[in-house]
Amino acid sequence: MPTDATPKSALLSIRNVAKSFGKNVVLREISLDIAEGEFLTILGESGSGKTTLLRIVAGFESASSGEVWMGDERLDRQPPYRRRVNTVFQHYALFPHLTVEQNVGYGLRVAGRPEAEIASRVAEALEKVRMTQHAKAKPSKISGGQQQRVALARALVNRPRLLLLDEPLSALDANLRRQMQVELKSLQREVGIAFVFVTHDQEEAMVMSDRIALLRSGELEQIATPREIYSQPATAYVAQFIGHTNLLQCEVRQGTAHGGALSWPAQLPEGPALFSLRPESIQVVSVTKPATPGYVQVRGRLLQQAFHGATELIRVHCPGGLVLTVRTPSGAGIPDEIDLEFSPTSAVPVRQSPGRH
Amino acid sequence: MFSRAYKTIVTVPPLLWVTVFLLIPYLLMLCYSFWSVSPAQTIVHSWDLANYQTLFRVNVYWQTLLRSMWIAARVTIFSLLLGYPLAYFLSFYAGKRKDLFYQLVIIPLWVSYLVRAYAWKTILGSDGVLNTLLQFVHLTRHPLEFLLYSPFAVVLTLTHIYTPFAFLPIYAALEHIPRNLVEASHDLGATPAQTFWNVIFPLSIPGMVAGATFAFVLSLGDFLAPLLLGGPSGIMISNIVVSLFGAAYNWPLGAAISLCMLALVVSLLFLSERLEKKWSFS
Repeated sequence: MPTDATPKSALLSIRNVAKSFGKNVVLREISLDIAEGEFLTILGESGSGKTTLLRIVAGFESASSGEVWMGDERLDRQPPYRRRVNTVFQHYALFPHLTVEQNVGYGLRVAGRPEAEIASRVAEALEKVRMTQHAKAKPSKISGGQQQRVALARALVNRPRLLLLDEPLSALDANLRRQMQVELKSLQREVGIAFVFVTHDQEEAMVMSDRIALLRSGELEQIATPREIYSQPATAYVAQFIGHTNLLQCEVRQGTAHGGALSWPAQLPEGPALFSLRPESIQVVSVTKPATPGYVQVRGRLLQQAFHGATELIRVHCPGGLVLTVRTPSGAGIPDEIDLEFSPTSAVPVRQSPGRH
Repeated sequence: MFSRAYKTIVTVPPLLWVTVFLLIPYLLMLCYSFWSVSPAQTIVHSWDLANYQTLFRVNVYWQTLLRSMWIAARVTIFSLLLGYPLAYFLSFYAGKRKDLFYQLVIIPLWVSYLVRAYAWKTILGSDGVLNTLLQFVHLTRHPLEFLLYSPFAVVLTLTHIYTPFAFLPIYAALEHIPRNLVEASHDLGATPAQTFWNVIFPLSIPGMVAGATFAFVLSLGDFLAPLLLGGPSGIMISNIVVSLFGAAYNWPLGAAISLCMLALVVSLLFLSERLEKKWSFS
């Protein structure tokens, strides 16, 4: 599926790239463009092919078919050491026998830059990631977060046109991870280099990206901005993978969707349809908050309640066997019998994701 | 955690073994090395350093020791020159045939040392395969004498025998290099040659040191290859020790030479361990 939001100027263009290892198909006909200075996240579960796609761009794997272009240069025919692309590896891959400084200067040294230039650029890069005081340390003597920063400096010092990051935060603990997400994002703004970031963490993807490309079993499910992908998921899989959702199986007859005991106007062709309804789109109706005219109303029985800090997720059993997940503000007392309502426009029609292997 | 009885059962037999078969013999050797032999061929318990002085004063002893070290050094260099490329190829380029090649390197170790040494004898001798071939193609008129019963023959045979010992630790070191380091190097713009010299080679140094130590120590103490293929000019220090303990019946001098070699080997092992530690980064 081609991109729906075509970037202004494509820096990197992945065209119909497919990859299989023997009979095992890992990627099917992926096409996507990456704009100059963009932060693009490739999101997917393990086995979705996201790392393979990244490795094809970096040059560690070759595509079974398709092409990778950078500007008007065909990239996929070049060996990795001739591509103006650098990678931050999942486990950092710092050279254990070299100091932090030598690690960062590696790319410049093999390119034969003069020593004075290497020294000043390395110092500048270490400054940028706040690692100057560890310049003489060996990688084994610094923490995971620090190794992460060195790996970043080592890649950025070469001023690549594109930086690839393969789950760079997955080895860090939750707090450090959140901190690094913010740091990484602001660093990317500062240097203005396009980032392609691979992760399996949808929250991370939402926080950091300009656009998200969601892969599933080697196919591109949707590519869009985080807001768009959340509010307008293209498929049931996207809706479920990004945040929580209620999937409503309906039948459309004469401009009205019928699902269980619910019905609302929907301008869709006749026949079965699937809707995604976010838990926060559903409100609890009470004495203080009367029902809104034009909304879909339903009465249900409280099944379950889970505390999530500022909000709570409750599961409500509605007539017709329907169970709705609803996000409510924390602290509100919830009766056993509750009235719910939602705007018909917040039920977004999505395509059924076919089962794949 | 474990009961006293269990600890005793586990620790006492090995301790006994080490004491009876290592410590006591070494102590005996140490004693012998200070004693001497009377003209009437009896051991005199004299306690002096005469034997050690003999070792360094009599030319044949220290010259043979030096020659043995020189032979061992050459064997070490050739084993590394053969073993390293082999290990590198196996580890990085053999792909699916890796296990097959590995077995092919290991199999000669199961063949008797004597068989391999005699094989070289039939290859290098005056009527051997090599000389016959050289005369057959008229490269030489007479058999080449230096091929057999020479230091050359000893170095060749020992290199053949000890190359797998140099190969194994190098191969293990190369196998332990995380492949993402190689990818990272390529990613940063290093060509395959630059990657080899900047990343792979430095990280394989501990394996090379271990392999070199094996080849040197094992060939320094070897006495069968020089006995079978060395001739008078290819004699090594172990042959002298063997004859001193045997026909010459001079156990004290033999013990002194053995202990000197032991000291040499132990200090080499110590040095190689220091070097390996210096170059390992895990």
